[in-house]
Amino acid sequence: MKNIAELEAQFQAKVDAEIKIEPKEWMPEKYRKTLIRQISQHAHSEVVGMLPEGNWISRAPSLRRKVALLAKIQDEAGHGLYLYSAAETLGIERDELVQQLLDGTAKYSSIFNYPSLTWADIGAIGWLVDGAAIMNQVMLTRTSYGPYARAMVRICKEESFHQRQGYEILLTLCRGSEEQKAMAQDALNRWWWPSLMMFGPRDADSPHTAQSMKWKIKRKTNDELRQQFVDVTVPQADFLGITVPDPDLKWNEETNHYEFGEINWDEFWNVVKGNGPCNRQRLEARQAAYDKGAWVREAATAFAEKRAAVAV
Amino acid sequence: MNKNWPLWEVFIRSKNGLHHKHAGSLHAADAQMAMENARDVYTRRMEGVSLWVVESKHITASNPMESGELFEPAHDKVYRHPTFYPLPDEVKNI
Amino acid sequence: MRQSLLTYTLSLGDNSMILGQRLGEWCGHGPILEVDMALTNISLDLFGQARSYMQYAAEVEGKDRTEDDMAFLRDAREFRNVLLVEQDNGDFAHTIVRQFFFDAYHQLFLKALCESADERLSAIAQKSLKEVNYHLRFSSEWTIRLGDGTEESHQRMQAAVEALWPYTGELCTSTALDIEMADLGIGVDVAELKAAYDQRIAEVLKEATLTIPESGWQQTGGKEGKHTEQLGFILTELQWMQRAYPGQKW
Repeated sequence: MKNIAELEAQFQAKVDAEIKIEPKEWMPEKYRKTLIRQISQHAHSEVVGMLPEGNWISRAPSLRRKVALLAKIQDEAGHGLYLYSAAETLGIERDELVQQLLDGTAKYSSIFNYPSLTWADIGAIGWLVDGAAIMNQVMLTRTSYGPYARAMVRICKEESFHQRQGYEILLTLCRGSEEQKAMAQDALNRWWWPSLMMFGPRDADSPHTAQSMKWKIKRKTNDELRQQFVDVTVPQADFLGITVPDPDLKWNEETNHYEFGEINWDEFWNVVKGNGPCNRQRLEARQAAYDKGAWVREAATAFAEKRAAVAV
Repeated sequence: MNKNWPLWEVFIRSKNGLHHKHAGSLHAADAQMAMENARDVYTRRMEGVSLWVVESKHITASNPMESGELFEPAHDKVYRHPTFYPLPDEVKNI
Repeated sequence: MRQSLLTYTLSLGDNSMILGQRLGEWCGHGPILEVDMALTNISLDLFGQARSYMQYAAEVEGKDRTEDDMAFLRDAREFRNVLLVEQDNGDFAHTIVRQFFFDAYHQLFLKALCESADERLSAIAQKSLKEVNYHLRFSSEWTIRLGDGTEESHQRMQAAVEALWPYTGELCTSTALDIEMADLGIGVDVAELKAAYDQRIAEVLKEATLTIPESGWQQTGGKEGKHTEQLGFILTELQWMQRAYPGQKW
């Protein structure tokens, strides 16, 4: 029997050699816990993320937009499902993870605690929120845990249409009437800063980052990803002809990056703590779906048991 | 008693002529539902022409701790591979 | 004849669209993720069908209008969907029973419509039939599973059957338009589907240990534009953007 230190050294050597860690292989307990926390948080974000957009399914302005939106939100259910499955390979059941969401011990991305108020918000969510998510997800296709990386590959493949459909919605608005363009600008005004917050606290305030980088769970820091997002997104806003709501935003010739203003961290932490505009409604909706589905899940189990008994 | 639907593994043949390949997993109360859930979850983008579903508990997996004895003995059996047998370049079609 | 074909085609589109809209309300709220996705798949199939019918209707009308004009700019009285599809989702039992009652009809109807002398309707029917075969399989299995599941699920399913049964009579009752279109070889005399429909329902409900209510009064009127109050609310949401911002592109 090897001692823990040896096992840990072996494990780290594997990670350093870019060999994926697979289920049931030895891993430090903290690696397992970190993964469960991160993957389930990611899964919860997909599922809670269905709500602000789902809000607009019944009101989508054309049949083409409606089917695209439905298909997109359905994908998010699928992504939640793939991610829960990845977490389940670490020896925890989906139902337990869902309980952690409902009782507030698990978090989900704070962005979904903002309300979707107009049709342009559906465009902004696709463009900015999915755009920010993709930055993170592309990085995670190379994460060290095999099932998580594989889930991310499938997710990234499917996500590729999400951001485009969002941008196309805004492009249509920006080429439309004054009223429509104003709607697009208003959406950008409200979603810009929360999108930047999606990358999480500054590296200096992110306690898990160093260890996660060492284990190659994360491959880029929050601030690196945030910068990357700003750099690709600002020109896209320019093309739309709408203005990013940041007076400090400017191109830096020397660094080849945009400089941008300070995020309102007070707002960030408050939304994380549950004081966002829609935290309560989002959790209530998930709780209601869970409660109202309980008899359905029980009945299906009872039926399966009955039929299995007859078959024997 | 555990009331959660059991976990199933889903395998997809993407087109005739290819193996079924593991696609992911899902929950379902019985085999029929697992098949339909697999269809609804994993074949929305024309990913497949055939599906297998198997309840995860029926899969027996090799133990990673035994990888040494299981897989390493094959490492030095190079004579099983064609490159072990050098032949002059002039010899064709072999 | 053109007007009849237009109304007829729209009525088929309305059935699919209104039921698709109802199922869309489940997205994000289903009993488990797998089922959430399944309901959305059915919804997407139905919207696809609705678009095919409405595109064709716009062509038949010949006034340079689009599928969206058909969907978003008609008033409740102009909608010709059956009453069943506009009934609210209720609990999951109501949604499944509504789906099963409609799917069983829809499959028989589409099989007959495949033989339509109108090539476009026949083509739409052939494509839709494959989708609906799956819908019926899904809703039949869930009807059986929940009917014969727990005591609670059985009660909920029986309550849903009782609530929705009065809306099934309309499905296989032919209107003057149905008969006109059937006589032209274009449409289906749905009264002829009734025996097969009743048999299908009886078989599945029996396996589900559910009881068909004593045949009482059946509600009708949807196919002539006389709806339940629910349709107005569906259209209020469905059409809101197009009504609030007339003539804009989205």
